[in-house]
Formats: sequence, structure tokens, C-alpha cells
Amino acid sequence: MLQTELAGVKLANPTILASGIMGVSGASLSLIARNGAGAVTSKSISLEPRKGHPNPVIVTYGQGMMNAVGLSNAGVKDSIPELEYAVKNAGVPVIASAVEFKAENFGPLAKEIGQANPALIELNLSCPNVGSEFGKPFSHDPAAAEWATRAAKRNTRIPVFVKLSANAPDILEVAKAVKSAGADGITAINTVGPGMQIDIFARRPILSNKCGGVSGPAIKPIAVKCIYDIYQETRLPIIGTGGVTTGTDAIEFIMAGASAVAIGTGIYYRGINIFSKVCKEIEEFMVKEGFSSVKEMRGIAHEK
Amino acid sequence: MRNDPMVTMKVARAVQENPSVKTLYFDYGLGAKPGQFVMLWLPGMGERPMSISYCTRERFGVSVADVGGFSSAVMKVKEGDAVGFRGPFGTSFKLGKEKAIALVSGGCGCAPLAFLADEALAKGKKAFYLQGARNKGLLFFTERMKKAGAEVLVSTDDGSAGKKGFVTELLREVLQKNKVDKICTCGPEIMMKKVVDISDEFKLPCGISMERYMKCGIGICGQCCVDPLGIRMCTEGPVIKKETAKKIVEFGKYRRDASGRRVPI
Repeated sequence: MLQTELAGVKLANPTILASGIMGVSGASLSLIARNGAGAVTSKSISLEPRKGHPNPVIVTYGQGMMNAVGLSNAGVKDSIPELEYAVKNAGVPVIASAVEFKAENFGPLAKEIGQANPALIELNLSCPNVGSEFGKPFSHDPAAAEWATRAAKRNTRIPVFVKLSANAPDILEVAKAVKSAGADGITAINTVGPGMQIDIFARRPILSNKCGGVSGPAIKPIAVKCIYDIYQETRLPIIGTGGVTTGTDAIEFIMAGASAVAIGTGIYYRGINIFSKVCKEIEEFMVKEGFSSVKEMRGIAHEK
Repeated sequence: MRNDPMVTMKVARAVQENPSVKTLYFDYGLGAKPGQFVMLWLPGMGERPMSISYCTRERFGVSVADVGGFSSAVMKVKEGDAVGFRGPFGTSFKLGKEKAIALVSGGCGCAPLAFLADEALAKGKKAFYLQGARNKGLLFFTERMKKAGAEVLVSTDDGSAGKKGFVTELLREVLQKNKVDKICTCGPEIMMKKVVDISDEFKLPCGISMERYMKCGIGICGQCCVDPLGIRMCTEGPVIKKETAKKIVEFGKYRRDASGRRVPI
């Protein structure tokens, strides 16, 4: 009843671990799979290792959180064994998140990541904490996003999803551009902002990066609107993400047009078994409302 | 909705325990349990997980050893300076019906065990407080523990205080001569591995405090997950049972750095 599909990849249920959360090692990805996720996404991998920003990198504020981890990762060479471990042991599709800072670098990166044979590659074009060569994320510029997507697509046979940002002046222009470059699907949305929290006793911003991407329940309505519009415009498979904490949230995203939902910050509120909790809540709703498949609910909010 | 805000306040008391260890006290009812930690923030200097070494209803303390970088900056903190913390986070040492416990530390590992000793003694248990250090000058909390009523035993690598040798040898002697119901340990992993072996020999339960590189402290960044269980040392740890530690292949062998790469211990 909960099965869904993303560009030919079958998922037992529509909950996915979002990139940037818990995805440092093959072991942690497998742990999340054991807690009910239908697929798991690695932390964003770059060609070279990155230490990320100094602590503090995360701060909570009651309606969500802000993070500026700074895309820390072990680099593609040391990340391949972790991905391979997850592909072998997680028992669910593994999505490899990829990040680079020059559009053409997504080519060699996709090629190298492909060695680990993940089910999907997700291009992180939209992290708000780190600038690209243009000083702003690729996802703010349709031409740059298209170029990065094309570079990846030319170098791998694995389906490519592109993660977009609601911070773009026009997210639909970017969605159309990556579709024309051959993207197999879209993940929306990345963290919003960035935002800032100032400690009034220390008299300075808390995060070492001063600002960080806002996530959690506070950004959910923005995500729903973006998913709704992208579905209408592109009809591509969509991984909806941004504040999903309950089954109700997940169903809302699916009705807007998502085929699956990615959960990150929700782990903070409901624990690592949030995936099985959300699945149970979705199923209860489906039984009560007479739905028999996720596909039946997908995009239903557009029909009236 | 869950929230763990940064609490920033003036340091109530700053005590230089020895040339390389400083304890910062805050007048704040943290409500922590022994073994838990806070993310300690020096505005502009960084934020690190630090074990709670003292905790009452109205005051708590963290003890920091100078190992360079952030910890060197802590050495310069004075009373009245604004310092922040988030927490308490993580698991704690559990006390049950034990009549006597042995607390085994190496280096700065005595910090959470001193807090645990306070709690065990308040519950009427006997506490053997075993502390190992390279030399006499690096010991701290031994006077505090004697005053609290713990049986304090010390070992140093050079014999400048207590028994010359390893603290694990002291543990073996204590277990041979006394009835002990549980062991709790914190310190270098090589030492804790040895403590686990001894606890097996004497068929005793053993709690271990295992530290890993932490970023968020709240269980979402994944930086402190251990192989092959994937569990988070900030949330399912830092205090784990020896049965869990035995399943962690990296225990005593490797850890991950800020980027997530494996580095040998």
C-alpha cells in the first residue's frame, strides 16, 4: 500500500532520510534503514574532503533549527566504501548526494560516485551556506543549474535528481532548466534563508558561520507550494522535503505532487524511528480515507 | 516542541585544578545525570562537548583539559566571562541496587566519574575511586573525592603519586580484595578496553563513556555514529554498556575526524 517509485527505483514506502542528516557513514545509513526509511540519502559528497565550518554548526529555536555544517565530508575517495557498505547492507535504495563548486565538476563526481552503484544520485545545487563559483548556489541561476545537471547526466547512467532551493528568484525556471538538461527528478526544497540567531548575552550570532539554513516545521508551507508548482510545471518525480514531521505532513506533500518525502530535522523531534511512525500514520489515513496506493494520492490537490 | 537553546551566562567560578585542567562552574539548575555532557560554547572560539563533572540543584561544573585549540582558550576564561552551553545531552551511568562500585579513570576521564561518585555516595553506596595519570601534577579531584567519602586510589606512570603503573592494575587489586558490584570507566580507549577485560574476568557489569567527534550534539548530524551499529555517541552514548562496546569495531581502534574520515586512535 505504501510502495512508491522514483524514476524506476522502487521504494517500499515513501519516507526517505534527507541528505545532510545522519548520513556520514554506511553504518549510520543502515541504522536509519532499520528504523523504517524507504530509502536513505548520504551526506553531500564532494571531490575533495571538507572539514566544514567550526562549531557551533547547529542551533534550535523552537519552530525549527538553523544549520551551517558547511558540507563536511570525507571526499569522494573515502566516501565510496561508505556508500558501498550502505548499498550492500541497508536493504533499501541508497541515494548519493553530490556537491561541487564548479558546474563542470559534477561530471567527474557523478562518474566516481557511480562506482558505488547507488540507486539515485542527487545533485545538491542549493546549499545556502556555501557559495558556488558565482558566489551564490547554482540553483539560483537556471543556466548554471542546467550546466551542472548536464555534466552529471553525461557521466552516469544512474538516474539523477536535482535538489532545488526556494531561495531562487524563480524556482520554476530552474526546475524547467534542469528538466531540459535531462534530470530524472527533482528534490525540493533545501533549507531556507539563511537565517540568523543572535545570543543577546554573548552579543553575537551563535553559529560560527553567523547564519545557517532554516529547516523544520517553520518552512513546511514554503515546501508545499514549491512542490505543487514544480509538479504542475514539470510532472517529474519529486522528493518533497522541508519540515516533514508527521504522516499528515507527508500526505500533504504527496497530494501536492511528491512521490516520496525526505525527513531530516524531524529526527530531532521524534527520534530516528520517525520513519516507521510516519509510515504508520500515512497508512492509517489511507485506510480511513479509502486510498489504496501512494500513486492515487499523488498530485490529487491539483484536480479540483 | 523540543528545543535546546543556547544558554549563555556569566561563569560563577573558575578553578584551575592543576596546570592543565580548569573547571568552570555555572549557577544554573541543569538537572544533569552523571555521564551526560553539555556543548560548551566560548563565543567566537568554538563549541565542544564537555562532560559534566559536578552538578547540584543550583550549580554545575565542566572540567576541561588543555589539549590545544578550543581547550587552550578555556584556560583563559575568568569568573564573570559570558560562556554558553546547550544540554544536558546523552546517556548516563545507571545506578541500581549495587552496594559498592568501582570508578576507573585515566586522564581527564575522572570528570564524569567524580559526579557519579557524588551521586553513588549520596545513595549510600561505597565508591572506589581509581584514578590514573601520567604524573602527580596531572591528578585532580582526588581531594574532593576523599572529602566526599570515596575510597581514593591513585596510580601514575612515573610513580610520583600512588602506585607506579597502570590504573587497571589497581582495579584488579581492588576487585581481588573487595566485593564490588559494578564498574564504570572513562578515559583513553586502550585503558577502557583493559577495564572491560577485567570486568569479564570478575563477571561484573561495566559502563563505558565513549567519546567521538561531535558537531550538533542533538542526534542529527551523524558525525559521532560508530561502526558497525551506526548508533550516535551523543544520543545512544556517550555512556554505553560493555556489551554494546564489544560490538563496536572501532572501539580502541579508530574514530572519525571533522570531515568524517577514519583516523587511528
